[in-house]
Amino acid sequence: MRAVDAVMECLKAEGVDVVFGLPGGANLPTYDAFVNGGIRHILVRHEAGGGHAAEGYAKATGKVGVAFATSGPGATNLITPICDAMMDSVPVVFITGQVRTELLGTDGFQEADTIGISMPVVKHSFMIQHPQEIPRAIHEAFHIARTGRPGPVLIDIPQDLSRAEIDYEPVTDVRLPGYQPRVEGNQKQIRQAAKALAAAQRPVIYAGGGVVNANASEELTEFATSDRFPVTCTLMGLGAFPAPHEQWLGMLGMHGTRAANYAMDEADLICAVGARFDDRITGKLSEFAPRAKFIHIDVDPAEISKNVPAHIPIVGDAKHVLAKLLIEYRAIGADPARLSAWWTRIEGWREKYPLGYEDSSDSEIKPQFMVQALYEATNGEAIVTSDVGQHQMWAAQYYDFPEPRRWINSGGLGTMGFGLPAAMGAAIGCPERVVCCIAGDGSVQMNAQELATCAQNEIPIKVFIMNNGFLGMVRQWQELFWDGKYSHVETGEFPDFVKLAEAYGATGMRFEDKATLVEDMKRAIATDGPVVVDVRVTREENTYPMIPAGQAAREMVG
Amino acid sequence: MGEPGTKAPLSLEELEAATSMRTGRKHVLSILVENKSGVLTRIAGLFARRGFNIDTLTVGPTDDEQISRVTLTVDGALHPIDQVTKQLHKLINVLKIRDLEPADTVARELALFKVAADGVQRGELMQIAEIFRGKVVDVTKRAVIIEVTGTTEKIEAFEGMVRPFGLIEMMRTGEIAISRGRSET
Repeated sequence: MRAVDAVMECLKAEGVDVVFGLPGGANLPTYDAFVNGGIRHILVRHEAGGGHAAEGYAKATGKVGVAFATSGPGATNLITPICDAMMDSVPVVFITGQVRTELLGTDGFQEADTIGISMPVVKHSFMIQHPQEIPRAIHEAFHIARTGRPGPVLIDIPQDLSRAEIDYEPVTDVRLPGYQPRVEGNQKQIRQAAKALAAAQRPVIYAGGGVVNANASEELTEFATSDRFPVTCTLMGLGAFPAPHEQWLGMLGMHGTRAANYAMDEADLICAVGARFDDRITGKLSEFAPRAKFIHIDVDPAEISKNVPAHIPIVGDAKHVLAKLLIEYRAIGADPARLSAWWTRIEGWREKYPLGYEDSSDSEIKPQFMVQALYEATNGEAIVTSDVGQHQMWAAQYYDFPEPRRWINSGGLGTMGFGLPAAMGAAIGCPERVVCCIAGDGSVQMNAQELATCAQNEIPIKVFIMNNGFLGMVRQWQELFWDGKYSHVETGEFPDFVKLAEAYGATGMRFEDKATLVEDMKRAIATDGPVVVDVRVTREENTYPMIPAGQAAREMVG
Repeated sequence: MGEPGTKAPLSLEELEAATSMRTGRKHVLSILVENKSGVLTRIAGLFARRGFNIDTLTVGPTDDEQISRVTLTVDGALHPIDQVTKQLHKLINVLKIRDLEPADTVARELALFKVAADGVQRGELMQIAEIFRGKVVDVTKRAVIIEVTGTTEKIEAFEGMVRPFGLIEMMRTGEIAISRGRSET
């Protein structure tokens, strides 16, 4: 059979039920194979939209997302999603077309060195040099993408090789002698960690996206509640521990709660699980958690002691390690009463510094209120995606995620334009759920073209644009740190989002009144097909609290 | 460490963090990689983007044609060597990394020196070459080429000796290394 037909067989063998892509010259053979390939293909309007949709699908379902693009510009348009998937450890397989082998290296039409360009931002990549290699490369790509620390894997297939005839035999094994992720965790180290936790007077569990990736939120919750351990999550970990919960401190980091950041600051032991001590968490590294010892559990050994030296390093998958840690910890029988003083201190912060904002006295919609209204309109049960900026932080602060895989955003790379296509992918992966995108009026335009994809395929995403007419987060920084001199941050009332939605074949709405917002949102959610809502919010509102960049948690403002 | 459930007390004070990440000495990393296209680019790219500096680098075949060996030296005073090796391990095509202990390692480098030498000087140069067990591999009217093999220190010492004669050009291969004793490098 043709190699491209084998590609379809391999995708089916991997359990792929949908791919996102856009055809072009170099992957014409592949698209011919889609005609009778038995794989659902969603035609996107820009390859970046397809890449982010594959990420959204992967984050919502836990399965590997798949995106196709042609050579040259098709492949370069995928670079942002590939990099995004690398930063946030999202399992996605990208398959790009390449010019014919005889043209390679000649600057042929639509030739780009896709492997070279993407090399710094992939977990691994395969340059196909012989058509017979294709089936094995696909299976190895899926294996690498989903195991260990998940990430993006790219396969670049020259056009002539993709249409060549091969002897296809199903591949049932992978041969990757240099790739053996360690998931179990060292038993001695786990026992040591249990003892340290039992000895701690002021412990904090700091959980990240690794808990979500490992499907370990049950294990996390069970372990944390086996004693009265305070829990905080990173932006990527939200939902890994159910919010609200009496042991839940809220998110930590630059726009985290004071309770979470102050607890980290005063802790004597921090147990990091699937988190990587990013600069948005630590602030000024030399003053980060100065009294704490660190247990660091991560499936990627290179993350351990990268930014903060670990006292008890544990290389392993959060699911395996937390289950073992629970057994060891229970066996010790630590006295929960030792944490009473610590909880009194934490309760003090909670009472003194709750998340909050000054609500408007008229009909004006405050952005924080908008998120709370969406929570109410969806009973807190929606999958929520976001772009990047103020709206993302407010969504993270005010939508209490009860479960993992409900909150889908671009954390590490901070990609504007992520939310709408990610919602599209999530909606296809989870058709039974309401999928909402909280977008910024600046961000949403960066992949608004996918509204056409949603309309054509009746993908019922509900996009709520938090419209303040500014690139809000940049405006906030200019206000606070650049003497209030605004430089190129005002977007005005362009475009008219209602008309834009209608032009794409979606439903457009505009909400401006706080009093009816919840009901209006319910109406939008009940409307069939894709809906875009232009929600007019306070123009100049700042995201607080905030640790100014490069400062310590103690210096939180707002 | 004790059995599970033992209440052997642990004091948080006793816990020590990972030790200094900078060792302050030169490290010779002997890396076995799959012989696939792009492997060297992946290694070089990794060093570049993480801000690690490669001092020397050699690549060669092994007795298994599917596997190549990369020997590279890194300054452990400038870079956290454990980060370097951990990041290298993440490359799928990297099979094995050994950070060779200087005392248990035989390391060699080959260098070619082209030195200005006419008449009188030639004899003196050849004497120096002999002391360093170097070989004169080419002689012309105005210059000689001397081949020297040895440790980096020896080659640098030789360079110091011949430079005053007028060093026209020097080529060095970078180190290769092998561990002492019976175990494989």
